Amino acid sequence: MSGEKEIRTQIASIGNTQKITKAMEMVAASKMRRAQERMASSRPYAERIRQAIGHVAGAQHEYRHPYLVARDEVKGAGFIIVSTDRGLCGGLNINLFKAAFGAIKEWQDKGAKVRVTVIGNKALGFFRRYAEIVSQATHLGDTPHIEQLIGPVKPMLDAYTDGGIDRLFLVENQFVNTMTQKPRVSQLIPTTGLEEDEAAGRLWDYIYEPEARSVLDTMLKRYIESQIYQAVVENVACEMAARMVAMKSASENAGELIGQLQLAYNKARQAAITQEISEIVGGAAAV
Amino acid sequence: MATIRTHIVSAEEEIFSGDVSAVFASAEMGEVGIFPRHAPFLSRLRPGEIRIRVDGEPDRHFFVSGGIIEVQPDMVMVLSDTAMRGEDLDEAKALEARQRAEELLQTQLSDIEAARALAELAEIAAQLRMIERLRKTR
Repeated sequence: MSGEKEIRTQIASIGNTQKITKAMEMVAASKMRRAQERMASSRPYAERIRQAIGHVAGAQHEYRHPYLVARDEVKGAGFIIVSTDRGLCGGLNINLFKAAFGAIKEWQDKGAKVRVTVIGNKALGFFRRYAEIVSQATHLGDTPHIEQLIGPVKPMLDAYTDGGIDRLFLVENQFVNTMTQKPRVSQLIPTTGLEEDEAAGRLWDYIYEPEARSVLDTMLKRYIESQIYQAVVENVACEMAARMVAMKSASENAGELIGQLQLAYNKARQAAITQEISEIVGGAAAV
Repeated sequence: MATIRTHIVSAEEEIFSGDVSAVFASAEMGEVGIFPRHAPFLSRLRPGEIRIRVDGEPDRHFFVSGGIIEVQPDMVMVLSDTAMRGEDLDEAKALEARQRAEELLQTQLSDIEAARALAELAEIAAQLRMIERLRKTR
């Protein structure tokens, strides 16, 4: 049985840890609110442009933009993986990596060469061992900007145009609510197979102004930027939510542990006192 | 009366969403008026005004700094870079921004910076035009 003193220092040290986890929980909670607002405000654009691209994919174009045409043979697959920079956010990254890893494995088994663009330190550390990393972006902070993402994504888009990859996927965390974040692997380009509506299947095309190529180029560029930006912003919200929950349970666990130790401490103290009294009584009786 | 569903979104927020009877926008090749059952249409937008008409209500004005407009027979989608409601336009701010941009152009600039300043100037000019017009109709 450990002595009183050891138990007391242990209680104090767990108490300190609890203070830290509590502080981290509160910081994450306040950051999460802001991150959620940012996510919500840019979401309409991301969703609308996805819809619009869905329409565009259904049209019969006079000009076939490479992003709109699916290549039959897949020799290479690209993945953009959005992770966090820092840890201590529960299973958020691990769940995402599992999903990404499954998808990567699937394409590798089909004989495709896999290339990866990572966003966030955690993915960089993990995927360095398993795939060829084309580009990376880390330390984007809590308020990422689109400009920070264009550079790292460009090599992937270039690889798609050159034929280095024939599919580009986005691996991201979806913010369901504070308690749940779901990893999702979605195909970014080619855009075929996105949500299409009843207009698909008929033969029709847009009237373009000034001409199809420039309009579609602009639009597809915006589409990719907005999807990736949305993923990054959403990931920040996910990170904060996951960290908040993880730190909350850590604080609770620390409290529980302190309770148990306190009990052990009281018992040890009482045992020591009892022993002392019985020693005194025994000593007095002997006199 | 036929209506057409219209969404105006900017990178920051959803500006407008609802059924309207006509939409007017400044597309790349000139002003377009879109009524229900318009043919599919896809164009870039110039910095300028988007006007929305709902029967029985005064027209509503929005300013966009550029973007894309997509038209389906039953739907209009304006994907703008930045958009503002007409009433949020601030003349003083626009004038100040114009002066800044003009001063910037006076100094020695690299090609990219000069192009950016010119683009900004064009946007501000469009804003001021719209403010002017809004004031007249009021």
